[in-house]
Amino acid sequence: MEIPAARDPVSAVREGFGEALLHVKEFRGETTIVVESGRLVDVLDFLRVSSGLVYNMLSDVSAVDYYPSDYGEAFDGDESDCRPERFGVSYHILSMLYNRRLRVKVFAAEDDPRLPTATVVWPAANWLEREIADMMGIVFEGHPDARRLLMPDDWYGHPHRRDYPLGKETVAFSFNVDEIHEHKPFARD
Amino acid sequence: MAVAEPTQSIEEQRRWEGSLDELRGLVSERAITGETMLLNMGPHHPSTHGVLRLLLELDGEQIVTCLPDIGFLHTGIEKSIEDKSYEKAVPLTDRMDYLSPMSNNMAFSAAVEKLLDLDVPERGQIIRVICLELARCASHLVWLGTHAIDMGAMSVLLYAFRERERILGMFEMLSGQRMMSSYIRPGGVWRDVPADFLPTIKQFLNDFPAKVDDYEALLTKNPIWRDRAQGVGVIEPDVALAYGMTGPALRGSGVNWDLRKAQPYCGYETYEFNVPLGEHGDVYDRYLIRIHEFRESMKILNQAVARLETEKGPFRSENHKYCPPLRSELGQSMEAVIHHFKLWTYGYDAPDDEIYNAIESPRGEIGCYIHGTGANKPRRVHFKTPSFIHISALPVVAKGYLLADMVAIIGSVDIVLGDCDR
Repeated sequence: MEIPAARDPVSAVREGFGEALLHVKEFRGETTIVVESGRLVDVLDFLRVSSGLVYNMLSDVSAVDYYPSDYGEAFDGDESDCRPERFGVSYHILSMLYNRRLRVKVFAAEDDPRLPTATVVWPAANWLEREIADMMGIVFEGHPDARRLLMPDDWYGHPHRRDYPLGKETVAFSFNVDEIHEHKPFARD
Repeated sequence: MAVAEPTQSIEEQRRWEGSLDELRGLVSERAITGETMLLNMGPHHPSTHGVLRLLLELDGEQIVTCLPDIGFLHTGIEKSIEDKSYEKAVPLTDRMDYLSPMSNNMAFSAAVEKLLDLDVPERGQIIRVICLELARCASHLVWLGTHAIDMGAMSVLLYAFRERERILGMFEMLSGQRMMSSYIRPGGVWRDVPADFLPTIKQFLNDFPAKVDDYEALLTKNPIWRDRAQGVGVIEPDVALAYGMTGPALRGSGVNWDLRKAQPYCGYETYEFNVPLGEHGDVYDRYLIRIHEFRESMKILNQAVARLETEKGPFRSENHKYCPPLRSELGQSMEAVIHHFKLWTYGYDAPDDEIYNAIESPRGEIGCYIHGTGANKPRRVHFKTPSFIHISALPVVAKGYLLADMVAIIGSVDIVLGDCDR
């Protein structure tokens, strides 16, 4: 069987989606493309099925929080980077046929972080996105199973956000348990 | 002490029945009406290999739906790393996949090296390969023993752990710790191998192949083992790819993908070894693959030990902005003292950018995503762990098999809950 020649993913996406491709970045030999969140599913599906690209596996989905000021207009860092919103979600995809990786990145706004789900493209995205929804508080619209994954169902807040303190839980003893529970309305209802 | 009164009135029990609504859409309608049975397996069930809870919907003995529930071992490792300098985060990674801490050290160190663009000298690479392959053997030995005991073969566990002790003894020789070694660090390894390490590992390499033959003699042609393993838990290649499965679980389905071959690190491209592949994707094929991986690891180890004897260079990078100088230099060089002080108090700055790096752990691809801040602590570290991915695929793999097969399936995909929950 003849394998079709590899295509450059960046120019292929630019050709197919034009304006939806917001930014391209190269760092340490890794290519990152930033796309509009509305077109994310189309872009991922295009990268998966198109001949010459065939990114057949989703390796990882990871989210990063640019709190407090490393994004948007306040961001005065490297011009080669693009950080329009607070939350960045990276889809690390892998093409086994051409043995290369690509990072597709989308951004979600601070006020109402919402992204479309990639579960329709790769079922592997199901739990990876659930983890992000749990730990980062990003809502994946159309996700088949939006329960919390790692934290308990009644947990308050999203621990991987940068404004979630890396503190420790006060140990409850008989003499202070009521005081602790007073400040934790979610622990007892 | 007064005995507690039963607190649930009939009304409260009814309210509990109402909470079945939470499961609507996740289990079939027949479970809501009571036609099929809902059964909790775990989190303390011994064959769930840790603290995995499965909510099973059973039609007789047949599994209709399987809902894994994880998070019991979530320790916030990724969050804790955000508050540590890169060098000091290595011991936390030990605690993820506690059956092969070396692989986690390697995944994190390799990612940091990529972020910093840091070199690793040849001798360091060779020692790393030795550690990684020993860790693979140690991890597979635990898998073999526990998998066999799950399926009723009691004696294999004792033999497997006997050999594992010897590997852990070698880890203790290298790092001072049997399990939580933190031996592989960004830039190389913690220290050079001690003088008595080479004779010990040579003796082990001499003995171990015969032991693998013994394990095979106990299981491979054993009709009871075959009855339990063959044709059970079949993973089709396209399912494995769609769910992102890697490692023996993917290769058991015949997909030739091993990061040591495909995207080599640590100089794996210079070693001769084969990647064993399965045909049917069932529990038995995954068993055979891991048995063959013992032998392939032996091949790699033999080559690496031979190289270690001739290669006499430094064992960690001599870029002292990122790697501490030798202890012996501290008494003579002011510069070494400054580097040492700077490294252990502040650490080093890493670029405000992101990288993803993956290596082949005994269980599959373990990936590490690091986003730096430009200062000495990362903004975000995320581990893509094989156990997490494999548990997410359990519902599709287990569907249609019997309850007793579930134990075989969990054992054969080889999960570690510390790896899954992080």
